[in-house]
Amino acid sequence: MRPVRFNIHPKEAEIADAISMGAAPEGFGGEGFFATQLSSVVGLARKNSLWPLPFATSCCGIEFMATMASHYDLSRFGSERVGFSPRQCDLLMVMGTIAKKMAPVLRQVYIQMAEPRWVIAVGACASSGGIFDSYSVLQGIDQVIPVDVYVPGCPPRPEAIIDGFMKIQDLVGQESIRRRNSEKYKALLNSYGIQ
Amino acid sequence: MALQNEYIQAQLVEKFGDQVTGFSTSTGMLAFESPKAINLKVLQFLFDEPSLGFTFLTDLCGVNYPDQVGAELVVVYHLHNLKENIRIRYSVSTSVNEPDVYTASKLFESANWMERETYDFFGINFVGHANLKRILNVDEMDYFPLRKEFPLEDQTRIDKDDEMFGRG
Repeated sequence: MRPVRFNIHPKEAEIADAISMGAAPEGFGGEGFFATQLSSVVGLARKNSLWPLPFATSCCGIEFMATMASHYDLSRFGSERVGFSPRQCDLLMVMGTIAKKMAPVLRQVYIQMAEPRWVIAVGACASSGGIFDSYSVLQGIDQVIPVDVYVPGCPPRPEAIIDGFMKIQDLVGQESIRRRNSEKYKALLNSYGIQ
Repeated sequence: MALQNEYIQAQLVEKFGDQVTGFSTSTGMLAFESPKAINLKVLQFLFDEPSLGFTFLTDLCGVNYPDQVGAELVVVYHLHNLKENIRIRYSVSTSVNEPDVYTASKLFESANWMERETYDFFGINFVGHANLKRILNVDEMDYFPLRKEFPLEDQTRIDKDDEMFGRG
């Protein structure tokens, strides 16, 4: 008798069980039509197809590699493609200590990204400088670029990074399509000296 | 007969007399000092003398002793004889008000970046260095961070509660 793990006729998984559907936004539907706000549709599309740009400088980057890998699998959240060109990405994930000498580089990467763009600071160092309260370390990346979500931890576990990513998804899904043209947003960028 | 610390010391004393001082040995490594004015002569002698042959500069760094008045800054040379596998440590001290030391970069190519680093962190002015500018820190930095008079912590922070960090 053959052990179960050598079963040559495994049960086929139901393909429908493996597909996760995004929740439909609020709206009015009927037979053959569905009406909702444009911003909801745009937000739904954006939040489920974020392209992260990993800016990994230290141990938080290693945790992010675990987050991307098969066990935690960031692509379940619509980020199948991790881009390494700022011009193609819309989510800057800063993971690790940013030295003061690296700050202009990070800022340049942020400027190269096209709108709409979001930033997530992963880990204590990126959020506040962490234990490196030192002459050479930037005390939080929010000194040079605006940050949307902070993930605490030193380093945070992949679950925490995923939680931060889902917080970003919530922000993206709820964002008004006019936000990036608003005076408030322009004032925010101007406060960082970014046009 | 392998090269002995006693022999190195005797050679140095014979050449430089009472200008080389402070001979000591810790964990088998000979250390000594001299006035900063003759640092190149001493390095050149250790390099050229065939029986010594210290032709490799392992390390060059600075030290700050704020309590040694008139000799607050020290430049330390770690030299290596590759044939005999003997290492020695040589240091010169200088006043913080006039931190000029002759550059060793003409003798050792490796001294170039190490002197830039020492300048970067301690502000020691290596006279004759071809390109003495900051190497590791940001160019805008306007102080020398490893001097003891400057706090190690970043002074631009306003969000950290000093009492929580033991400096209230």
